[in-house]
Amino acid sequence: MIHAAEGGAGILIPVWQEIVVGAIAFGLLCYVLMKFVFPRMEKTFEARVDAIEGGIERAERAQEDADRTLEEYRRKLAGAQEEAAAIRDEARADAVAAKEEILTGAREEANRIIAAGHAQVEASRQQLVRELRSEVGNLAVDLAGKIISQRLADDDSVERTVDQFLAEMSDEPEASGAR
Amino acid sequence: MTDSAKVLASDLHFPPGTDSFNFRDWFAGLSDTALANVFTTITFAVWLTVAILIVFFLWAYRKPRIVPTKRQWLAESAYGFVRNTVSIEVLGKRHGVRFAPYLTTLFLFIILMNFWAIVPAVQISPNSHIAFPATLGILSWAIYNWVGVKKHGFLGYLKATCVPPGAPVFIYPLLIPIEFLQNLILRPVTLALRLFANMFAGHLILLVFTLGGFVLLQSDNLLIQSVSVVSWAFAIAMTFFELIVIALQAYVFTLLTALYIQGSLADEH
Repeated sequence: MIHAAEGGAGILIPVWQEIVVGAIAFGLLCYVLMKFVFPRMEKTFEARVDAIEGGIERAERAQEDADRTLEEYRRKLAGAQEEAAAIRDEARADAVAAKEEILTGAREEANRIIAAGHAQVEASRQQLVRELRSEVGNLAVDLAGKIISQRLADDDSVERTVDQFLAEMSDEPEASGAR
Repeated sequence: MTDSAKVLASDLHFPPGTDSFNFRDWFAGLSDTALANVFTTITFAVWLTVAILIVFFLWAYRKPRIVPTKRQWLAESAYGFVRNTVSIEVLGKRHGVRFAPYLTTLFLFIILMNFWAIVPAVQISPNSHIAFPATLGILSWAIYNWVGVKKHGFLGYLKATCVPPGAPVFIYPLLIPIEFLQNLILRPVTLALRLFANMFAGHLILLVFTLGGFVLLQSDNLLIQSVSVVSWAFAIAMTFFELIVIALQAYVFTLLTALYIQGSLADEH
């Protein structure tokens, strides 16, 4: 039991047993809380900060990845467009070239055919001329022979011979056309 | 007046004095031994305070998680309050985190010890016995001096504490004793006395109004008897006021301890 000194000043004199009790109790409290509780709280705080910052960092990294991928796709797309344009140009050029080639070929072919036609016509003409020339010669000889032999017999007969010759001549083209 | 009031009145010591703070030993046989004052309502409240805090914090922080449960959050906010608004605020990030555990323990211990002042059936704080505030004051004193000596060395700390920079030399004979007294002797005393006096006065005020109500009730005058209701109403009001004092004094003690540590850590006085 505390016996307070008279006059009230006694309340300012600590009871030594209470100092001991207070020190032990507070010491125990400090030991438990400062060793087992608060350091773990600091760790939890750190982990929480890490978790939040880590989350933000992860999000930033994902964002960067996404940006990079987008950029890459854009580049690829642009490349593809360029390539497509190049292919289209090339195809167009190819088509033009092919057209030119075909036209040239056709023209050449046409020319060749025309030339061949000309040549054939010329050859036919030459042959005809040759044939005609020999025929005309023969005919002239025949005619001359006939005229001479008829003159010898009869003037009328000469006239007939000429008529006959002329009739043969008009028949002749049919015979040559059939040939 | 009723019989029960008479019975009560016979126990009354009005006005309340310093005797009102004395508690009988629980075991009468110990009173004349060294174990006197060891088993009283006061020491019981101290042990209960410690037990409540230890049990609560160990239970609440058994399995800490990143996303806290409600009780974990409660425990964390108690620590976070002192850590952030007192310790880091005063000492800076590095030292603040270092001293936060002690300051939080100190704050929780004092506020719960103070709280007994308004707990029904106890209604007295152990801190209204000078021994407990004195113990805490001396601990704070030991800590800030130890921190200072560790940082500046013994003589360096003495110089940093007692010689204010910028003061003219001729005033040193006056300043140095004052600073020495103020910073090295009186700080723990004022810490302890402030807390003790507040809790002491708080208990006394509650006693005055509560016992005063009974004393008034003993009067033969009905008018005076009815005033006892006012007295008790005041006792209740004072209990709420006491609640503010409880929290404020715990905060002040913790804040001042942090400031003293900060002073010891500072490069200049």
